[in-house]
Amino acid sequence: MTTTVLSPLLRRVPRTWRRVIRLGALGAVGQVFISLSGMPVRLDVREIIVPILSLGYLAVLAVPVVLGVLLGRRPQHEEFLERPPGSRDLVLGATLGGLMGGGGLSVLALLLANFDLRDPLINWSPQLSEFLSFGRGTAFGFVIWLVIGGGLGLLGGSLRLASSRTQRVIMTMALTVVSAAILESLVVDLVEGVSLEALVEWMYAPRGGLTLVGAAVLAVVSGLLSLVGQGRIKAVQGRIQAMEGPRQTRVNLMLIAAVGVVLVILPLLVGKLTNELLANIGLFVLLALGLNIVVGLAGILDLGYVAFFAVGSYSTAVLTAATSPRIAPEFPWFVALIIVIVIAILVGLFIGAPVIRMRGDYLAIVTLGFGEIIRLLFLSDWLSGWFGGSQGITAIDGVDVFGLLTVDGTNPRRVFYLVLFFCAIAIYISWRLERSRLGRAWMAVREDEPVAEAMGINTVNVKLMAFVVGAVLGSFGGAIFVAKVGSVFPSSFLILVSIIILVVVIFGGMGNIFGVIAGAVVLIGVLGGPKQPGLLVEFSEFKLLIYGALLVWMMLARPEGLIPSARRSRELHQEEFLQDAWLRGQIDTDDANDLHGGSDTPAAES
Amino acid sequence: MNGTPLLDIRNLIVEFGGLRALDGVDIQVNEGEIVSVIGPNGAGKTTLFNAITASVEADGEILFEGDTLLGLDPNQVTSRGVARTFQNVRLFANMTVLENVMVSQHCRTKQGTFGALFYTKAFRQEEAEIRARAEEILGFFGTRLVGFRLDQPAAVLSYANRRRLEIARAMATQPKLLLLDEPVAGMNPVESAELTGLIGRLRDEWGFTIVVIEHDMEVVREVSDRVIVLDHGVMIADGDYEEVSSDPRVIEAYLGHGATTK
Ligand SMILES: Nc1ncnc2c1ncn2[C@@H]1O[C@H](COP(=O)(O)OP(=O)(O)OP(=O)(O)O)[C@@H](O)[C@H]1O
Ligand SMILES: [Mg+2]
Repeated sequence: MTTTVLSPLLRRVPRTWRRVIRLGALGAVGQVFISLSGMPVRLDVREIIVPILSLGYLAVLAVPVVLGVLLGRRPQHEEFLERPPGSRDLVLGATLGGLMGGGGLSVLALLLANFDLRDPLINWSPQLSEFLSFGRGTAFGFVIWLVIGGGLGLLGGSLRLASSRTQRVIMTMALTVVSAAILESLVVDLVEGVSLEALVEWMYAPRGGLTLVGAAVLAVVSGLLSLVGQGRIKAVQGRIQAMEGPRQTRVNLMLIAAVGVVLVILPLLVGKLTNELLANIGLFVLLALGLNIVVGLAGILDLGYVAFFAVGSYSTAVLTAATSPRIAPEFPWFVALIIVIVIAILVGLFIGAPVIRMRGDYLAIVTLGFGEIIRLLFLSDWLSGWFGGSQGITAIDGVDVFGLLTVDGTNPRRVFYLVLFFCAIAIYISWRLERSRLGRAWMAVREDEPVAEAMGINTVNVKLMAFVVGAVLGSFGGAIFVAKVGSVFPSSFLILVSIIILVVVIFGGMGNIFGVIAGAVVLIGVLGGPKQPGLLVEFSEFKLLIYGALLVWMMLARPEGLIPSARRSRELHQEEFLQDAWLRGQIDTDDANDLHGGSDTPAAES
Repeated sequence: MNGTPLLDIRNLIVEFGGLRALDGVDIQVNEGEIVSVIGPNGAGKTTLFNAITASVEADGEILFEGDTLLGLDPNQVTSRGVARTFQNVRLFANMTVLENVMVSQHCRTKQGTFGALFYTKAFRQEEAEIRARAEEILGFFGTRLVGFRLDQPAAVLSYANRRRLEIARAMATQPKLLLLDEPVAGMNPVESAELTGLIGRLRDEWGFTIVVIEHDMEVVREVSDRVIVLDHGVMIADGDYEEVSSDPRVIEAYLGHGATTK
């Protein structure tokens, strides 16, 4: 009798708490790892809210909150559980999880005070100890992180219990404050451009970071706005979607035109540094759009996309620079571009032809190899007579636009306009090709290559075409890069560039033009490119760590990306999609209808 | 029929490792015929289709309109005018019903990047034609695959409709020879009777020559001008339904293997 009462309890208790313990331990290890990577100490200089929160503390404080939010979530298919965990259990679990996460830092604080492991762990430093104990001694540090961890876990957990409306408001507030802090230099630059400094003076502290008042006002305003705006945006979206074809197109065109106008005006209002940032973002938008055609549309996992970027750069350099070692025709940039396109097409075919017949992993590895080979060729002694080897080609003139003005690195605003122009071309190309015979063939090849072949599609040609279009867009990027930087070196074309462009595409949403653009804006804008700084300059030495972590997290949590293409997410979530369609009554059940409805006529014959 | 047969297969051999899936098969199919291929499981029927469509390596000779198909790529075979469906339905599940039928007109259309990028008149015209043809083909199956279904992904279709869409997709390649691999498998009797009628109309109205693999003897009797029986990769009978169904070797092949003919 007792066993029948106890056994379900015994079975359940460990199951729910096992999750708490596992996640908590994971959080603790994560905290220690983040701390020892040096991130908190190094990021401590960047203020989010003066004087209470720096980016360094944000990095470690976020962990218990996330733990709490994760653990506070109600289990899926709750109704199938014999005894679903109550709210109290969930909050308790969240608090415990947070406590464990914070506990990781407590233990670390103790260890830091008593052992010296500085030899293998370079960040095992007094500064870290200071950071963790708030400068008040080890005991304080030990206790405070338990308190903070538990408290934030509790906070994250209870957030889950609130209505979804409250959750959204709080999320909006938090995101607004953090974004305002991240975007500081951009905002300040912009208001200076329109001479409205007074508007934000009270918001930002003199040495960076939001002031307390600024943060509070932002939080309140954004909270109110999200309260008022809730549902409105959705309603407008729904209304646009409900419009019939031509009117919807007109609304979309108007939106695009509006964005275009903003992009044309924006650079006029901001300073050199911000324009530089915009130009870098644009360059990566261009490259990501090119890779998106190869990976997103045709489904070819190309890990050596940098090769086309390099070829575009070097051929532009050779064709335009007076300093080019072997031949120096000194063509104007736009004339050179035509030849560069031809070269890119040839290189696309040359690399594509052997690679395209391979599948999956093999193809990825071989493209990776080609990416490196191209760089090594430019670096080699053998071709140094042509491309200058490791010395590269320097002192390259900018773009001369009809003798009216020159676009080069000294004027990032002009570079941005040039990039914008080519991005527009790339968007147009992607958009048109996706909705053409070729685009459909790419889709079919991506879905089922042998069947596509059996349906009369020459898969080799079609995939080569994707490679060539990708190569041309990549070479545009290269040509602009050369004009902007004024020099080329093999070291600008490391594998890293390919990887970062790929992460941008995956993060943003493969196969979706808007997704890819959003990916580039967020990642390159905030974190920065392989060598280009982003808004969070302090992140630069942790850039790769963060890119890697983001990629892993994205693949686990949202493989379809930030703004997914409808088709991609269908591919990735086929089961859920079919379930949803079934719930909405969209699943075709013709079989049954035929059996009943149509049974009289043919049955009479037989 | 006079002149050369549309499809002329001579001494066809397909080997997988040591296994001879087809062992010297000779088959002729004349233009306008509907030929059924039957045989127990594993007899080599699907392999025959795979060999014709160049999905597997084969020895011997396959002549289509007098020219050999051996050594071609699958897409070239399709361009020559041979289309197939798959026994285990293989639609482009995440493409819409319409896109499935549009994409398989690839080898009959020619607009490339230039037309698409400059949105030329020829491009727009061809797109409109592709779409119109797709809708016409889908309309052949009644109202099931048109209307709101056009823009639904193929994955949500019912089993019977997926089989229909497979046929529509093959039709869209504008073939002369249509190879149907068990088109009514898994359908209920009503649906299968209806599709049997459609197979006849495919020949009469669309002018396709048809080879159909089928286990359902009712369907075979209904549609075929001629029946070919395969067993263990060897052709053991070739004649009209009555001849074949009374052939002792055929009966032995089925009963001997204990295969059911439902
Ligand atoms: N790709 C392959 N590799 C190895 N063996 C194969 C392959 N394809 C078919 N076979 C073998 O060849 C033989 C004939 O197969 P096939 O699929 O042609 O039979 P079938 O007549 O279509 O049978 P069913 O009625 O079950 O569809 C079988 O023994 C099968 O296992
Ligand atoms: Mg078969």
